[in-house]
Amino acid sequence: MMLMSTRGLTRQFAGLHAVEDVDFDLPQGQVRALIGPNGAGKTTFVGMLCGRIAPTSGTVVFDGQDISRLAAHKRINLGMAYTFQITSVFANLSVAENVALAARRRRHGGAVQDAVVRALQQVGLQDRLAQNAGDLSYGHQRLLEIAMGLAQHPRLLILDEPTQGLTDSEIAAFKALVRGLADTTTILLIEHNMSVVMETADVITVLNSGRVLAEGSPQAIHADPAVQRAYLGTGG
Amino acid sequence: MDIGPYLLLASLEGAVTAAVLALTAVGLSLVFGVMRVVNVAHGEFFMLGAVLAWWVTSLVAGHAALGFVLALLVVPVMVGALAALADMTILKRIAYDPERTIVATIGILYIIQQVTLMTYGPDARPVEPPFNTRLALPWIEFVDGKPHIYWPWGLSTTTYKLGVIAAAVLVLIGVWLVMAKSRIGLIMRATQLDRDMALAFGIPVERVYALVFGLGAALAALAAVLIVPIQQAHYLMGGDPLLLSFIVVIIGGLGSLPGTVVAAILIGLSDGIISVFFSPTLAKILATLLVALVLVFRPQGLFGVRRA
Amino acid sequence: MSDTAKTVALHGGLLALLFALGFLLPAYHHGNLARIMVLASYAIGYNILFGYTGLLSLGHALFFAAGMYGMGLAVQYLGLSPGPALTAGLVAGAIVAGAVGLLALRTAGVAFMIVTLMFAQAGYLTVLYFGAFTRGDEGFVLQQAQRVLWGIDLSDPVHRYFAAFALFATCLAAVLWMVHRPFGKVLIAIRENEDRARMLGYDVFAYKLAAVILSGTISAAAGAAYGLLFGYVGATFASVQYSIFPLLWVLLGGAGTVLGPFIGTLFMFYLIDLSSGITTAYMLIAGVVLVLLTLFAPQGLAGELRKRIWRGLP
Repeated sequence: MMLMSTRGLTRQFAGLHAVEDVDFDLPQGQVRALIGPNGAGKTTFVGMLCGRIAPTSGTVVFDGQDISRLAAHKRINLGMAYTFQITSVFANLSVAENVALAARRRRHGGAVQDAVVRALQQVGLQDRLAQNAGDLSYGHQRLLEIAMGLAQHPRLLILDEPTQGLTDSEIAAFKALVRGLADTTTILLIEHNMSVVMETADVITVLNSGRVLAEGSPQAIHADPAVQRAYLGTGG
Repeated sequence: MDIGPYLLLASLEGAVTAAVLALTAVGLSLVFGVMRVVNVAHGEFFMLGAVLAWWVTSLVAGHAALGFVLALLVVPVMVGALAALADMTILKRIAYDPERTIVATIGILYIIQQVTLMTYGPDARPVEPPFNTRLALPWIEFVDGKPHIYWPWGLSTTTYKLGVIAAAVLVLIGVWLVMAKSRIGLIMRATQLDRDMALAFGIPVERVYALVFGLGAALAALAAVLIVPIQQAHYLMGGDPLLLSFIVVIIGGLGSLPGTVVAAILIGLSDGIISVFFSPTLAKILATLLVALVLVFRPQGLFGVRRA
Repeated sequence: MSDTAKTVALHGGLLALLFALGFLLPAYHHGNLARIMVLASYAIGYNILFGYTGLLSLGHALFFAAGMYGMGLAVQYLGLSPGPALTAGLVAGAIVAGAVGLLALRTAGVAFMIVTLMFAQAGYLTVLYFGAFTRGDEGFVLQQAQRVLWGIDLSDPVHRYFAAFALFATCLAAVLWMVHRPFGKVLIAIRENEDRARMLGYDVFAYKLAAVILSGTISAAAGAAYGLLFGYVGATFASVQYSIFPLLWVLLGGAGTVLGPFIGTLFMFYLIDLSSGITTAYMLIAGVVLVLLTLFAPQGLAGELRKRIWRGLP
C-alpha cells in the first residue's frame, strides 16, 4: 500500500522550475532515501509533501487522502513528522520541553513524559533533559531535532539531512536507529552522506534539476551511469 | 456659496496639504526604501522643522522674507544633522533590527517632543509668510444657459499657498534628479537593492544610512518650514503628519517614490474634499482603517518585497 | 529548593508583601500602589502577547479602552451595577481583540505593529467621534453611588487597594499557571520558532488568536477596573500613549517573565511620578528609558535576573 504519492508535482520560483512534474510513490514501511546534487529540489519537494511550500501544480496523496490543499499543521496531524535541515529547536526551552511539545500532539498526561524520555534515549540525549536547547552543541541540536520527530510517533518520518554535523560515532548510532525504526515507521530521508544512504535505504530516489533522474535499490542506483554522471561523480 | 466653488476651494487647500504631505512622506519612504526601517519619530522631525523655523525667523530682524529664506536654508540642515546623529548613535548600534528600531524611534519621538516642550513651551506660535497676497478667484455659473463669470465671496487663495505648491514640486523634482541621476543616488539605490553586495563593493553603507536618515528628516523639516506660515508651530504638531505619511507611504507602496507622490496627491486632495462632506474625525477613522486593511490584505504587494 | 518551591516562594512572597503593604503604606503611596497594580495587570496582559508569543502590538490601548468604555458606558447609560458592567467591559475587550486578531494576524513583524497601531488609532478617533456619549478628551466621572460592587464601596481607598490587589493577584496567578501548562509552552514555542511549531502540528494561527484574545481580555479587565476604581473614563486611555506604556513597562521589567510587568510598571510609575514634580515634560523619561533599553538591556530587569542569577525564573 502506498503511504505517500505525488502526481505531476511542480513548483516554480520566478519562472524557474525548482521541482518539475514529479510522480513519486512511497510504500508503507519502506526506508526511502532522496538524494541529488545541491539545488536538485530535494528540500522544495519534501516541503510540498508536508505543506511548508505550496505546489504550483500537481497533487499530493497521503494514506489515500488528497492533501494537496491541506494546511501544514493538519498534514502533520495525519501522522507525518518533519525534521528541519537547519536546526530549528526552541532555543529558550529545555531539551525535555522541546520533545514534550512534539509528544503532546499524540499523548497526554504521564505518557508524555515517558515518550520524552524514550525519544531522548533513542538519540542518546537522555542526560540533558533539563538543559536549555539553545546551549546544546550543533550536533546535539540535530539529534534533538530527530528526537522531536520520533516523539511524534509518526507514520511517515521525513528527515532533512539528519546526519549533517554529526560525529562518526553519532552517525553510526543514527544508522542503527533508522534500521530499528524501519519495522514501525515509513521513513523518507534526504541525505548527502552516501554511507548512511547505502546502509539504511531500501530504495533510493535520485532528483536532479527538479526531476526524478533514477529510482531503485542502492545497488542499482550505485551502478547507474546516469546517476554517477549527475551526482556520484561530483563526489556529493 | 454653491458646492462648485466650495469644491474648488477645497481642492486648492487640498493641493497645499498634498504638497507638504508629499515632501514629508517622501522622506519617510526614502528611509524605509533604502534602510528597511520604519521611523516613528518622523513626525517629530517635521515638528522640529516648524519650531526651529519660528526660532530662526525670530532671530532675524527686518523683512519677513529674510528670516524665512534663512530658515528655509538652515533648518532642514539642522534637523537632518540631528537625525543623522540619532542614526549613528542609536540605530546603528541596534543594527537596524526592524522591530527594535520602531521601539527606539518611539523613544526618540518622546525625547524630541518633550525637550521641545521644555524649551519652546506649550504655545503655538506663528511665522510671518515672506509674501502673502490674497487672490480672489472667479467661478462660472450658467444663467439662462449662458456662462457668466462671477467672484464668489470667500473663494480665494494666497500667493504664499501657490508658492508652497511650487516649492514642493521643485524640491520633489530635485529629489528625483538626485536619486535617478546622481552618483550618490546610484549608491543609495545600490544599497537599497542589496546591502551585502553594496558592502562588498566598498560602499560605506553605514554612512549612506546616516545620510539617508538625515535626508528623510530634512525633507520633513523642509515641509514644515513651508507650512509654518499657514499653520502655527506647536510641540504636538508631529502626530498628524506622521499618521498621514504612514497612510501615504503604505497606500503608495513602501519605498516607491513615484507611488508615494501619487498617493500624497490623492490623499491630500481627498482630505480636503472629503472633509467637505464628512467630519475630519470620521475621515481620519476611515483613512486609518483603510491603511490597516491594505496592510492586512495586500501585505506582500504594499509592504515591499523582502530581499531574497 | 526545587524550582517549583522557589517559584511559589517568589511570587507568593510578592503577593503577601503587597497584601501587607495595604495596611502599612501612607495614603499617597497606598493610592499609587493601587494604581500600579491595576496598570501592572494591563502589562501582564500585554506580556502574554509580546513576551510569551513574540507578537509586538502597538495598539493595546484599544483593548484597555474597550474594557474601560464597555464598563463605563454600561454604568453611565444602561444604569448597570459594577458587576455586570465589568462583565460588559470584559466581553467588549474579548470581541474587539478577536476581531483585531483575525485581521492583524494575517500580517507579521513590522506590518503587524503598524496594523495594530492603526486599529487602535481608529478606536481612539471613534471615541472622539462619538463625543456626545463618551465626552471625548474630557471624559466622564463615575459617581460614588455607581461604584459599589457587592456592597463594597470601591471609592474608599482601602477597598480600592484590595480590589486592585485581587485583580493583580488573579492575573499573576493565571499567567504563572499558563506558562506551566502546555498552552503556555506552545506560545513560547511559537515565539521561539513559529515554523517549527507549525511543523509539529500546532495550529499556529489559532494559538496566536487565542493569545491575542487572552491578552486583550486581561487588558480590558485592567481598563474596566481602572475606570471603576478611580471613577474616571476618558479618551486619553485610548490614545497611542497608552499603547506605548505597556510596551515600555514590559520591556523595562523583562518581556516573557511573570514578574517583569509588575517590576517595570512600578519603576516607570515612580520615575514619571518623581519627574512630573520637576517638569511637565515627564514623558521625556519614557523616551530616554525606551532608547536606553533597546540599546543596552533588551531583556529588561527580570530578564537580566534570569540571565545572571536564576535560569528557571518563569
